[in-house]
Amino acid sequence: MKLALYLGCVIPNRYPGIEAATRKALPKLGVELLDMNGASCCPAPGVIRSFDKKIWLLTAARNLSIAEEMGLDVITLCNGCYASLKEANHILKTEEEKRKEVNMSLAEISREFKGSIKVKHLAEVLYFDVGVKAIKEAVKRKIQVKAAVFYGCHLLKPRELRPWGSVEKPTFLDEMVKVLGAESVPYRDKMMCCGAGGALRSGALDVSLNIVCERLEAMKEAGAECIVNVCPFCHLQFDLGQRQIAMKLGENFNMPVIYYTQLLGLAMGFTPQELGIHMNATDCKSFIERIGI
Amino acid sequence: MKQEIIALGEINEKLLKELKKAGVANIVFCVQCGTCSASCPSGRVTAFRTRQLIRKALMGLSEVLKSDELWLCTTCYTCLERCPRKVETVPAIIALRNMAVESGNINPRHRDIAHMFIRYGHAVPINEENVKKRESLGLPAVPPTTHSFKQALEELQTLVKKSGFDKKVDFGWEGQK
Repeated sequence: MKLALYLGCVIPNRYPGIEAATRKALPKLGVELLDMNGASCCPAPGVIRSFDKKIWLLTAARNLSIAEEMGLDVITLCNGCYASLKEANHILKTEEEKRKEVNMSLAEISREFKGSIKVKHLAEVLYFDVGVKAIKEAVKRKIQVKAAVFYGCHLLKPRELRPWGSVEKPTFLDEMVKVLGAESVPYRDKMMCCGAGGALRSGALDVSLNIVCERLEAMKEAGAECIVNVCPFCHLQFDLGQRQIAMKLGENFNMPVIYYTQLLGLAMGFTPQELGIHMNATDCKSFIERIGI
Repeated sequence: MKQEIIALGEINEKLLKELKKAGVANIVFCVQCGTCSASCPSGRVTAFRTRQLIRKALMGLSEVLKSDELWLCTTCYTCLERCPRKVETVPAIIALRNMAVESGNINPRHRDIAHMFIRYGHAVPINEENVKKRESLGLPAVPPTTHSFKQALEELQTLVKKSGFDKKVDFGWEGQK
């Protein structure tokens, strides 16, 4: 299957290893990724939408129109981009007045929102379109590690437009992690927010770090050896957040943070360097040694 | 215990009307049960109480638009999912934030992010360190986004001007290529 790859901001501009890992791993599962040339920030659902819903909807509509021109459904690698693009797509498909208003503005840049495509998250594509069985078949070496699986909020909520069913106790990501040979350890407050969203990380860093600190403590207590996530903003919050917690609170968690396609890439036989795992703020050397690569 | 008295003069009747206009009229169904506050990740580490925020908004206390608390919600949607009255908590908070920005109440850090978004098309733009990381991973030095296509950035900036977002966040176009 062919999909329009929506990159967003944090992946290409802060964690390019996630982009490299995704571009390497997905074609091996039959997913061809085509660039959405000229796409911008989604824009961030808790940040730009908090400032002004109008520019949020307009910008999202412009991004969606790029994929519509390509005639392809969108794949996002970020929970925030997923929220913005999926929700904007729904609003514009179902609320005629808003669509008209948006299209009047888009006409000035010779664009139009037609409502011809769907927006999917990486996890959605892998779980529903590729399937856990096909992922299992692509595994060349088992990554035997205790993982704290972290879903993130906007992947699941609001549940209305999303395909998952349970938002309190989902299992799809755990299944996808286990199939790579890892163990998914249960931990306290697993479904609670990482604390990055809603413009909190930029607006009140101390509060944001206190929240992520609670998540990290619970993961550590449960014996997790790494965090596996599917959102670059959760990834940044856990990864860069650990460095900030060490500086501000003097607490060292030494918890490697791995994006799902990086773990998948390792299982497929790519090297940690090819997947950019060494580019994290947290030291991943011991993790790499631990899994024996 | 000191009794807090709210004078009629403090009540802004327009607030609720504006919230209704923003499509979040159902906050009037709130019964103040506190499920939202109990579910809140920010509330656990601060004195922020979602229930109180909703109550203040319902009472038309425009102090909410100036409060820092309005910006402590992470928009995790747990409260919305658990609300027994299906109150649109997060959309209400976002609507209130829009009103706050409209009336000039914006955190300077947030304004900076809005300016990045307008200037580069990215709330988090590329930097030298990540250009190098990209190159060493075999990726194009700059991603194929508004960073690579001048016309794409101009399109976005046209939308920004058209919607008046630049004025809302005091963006100056001087020095912009």
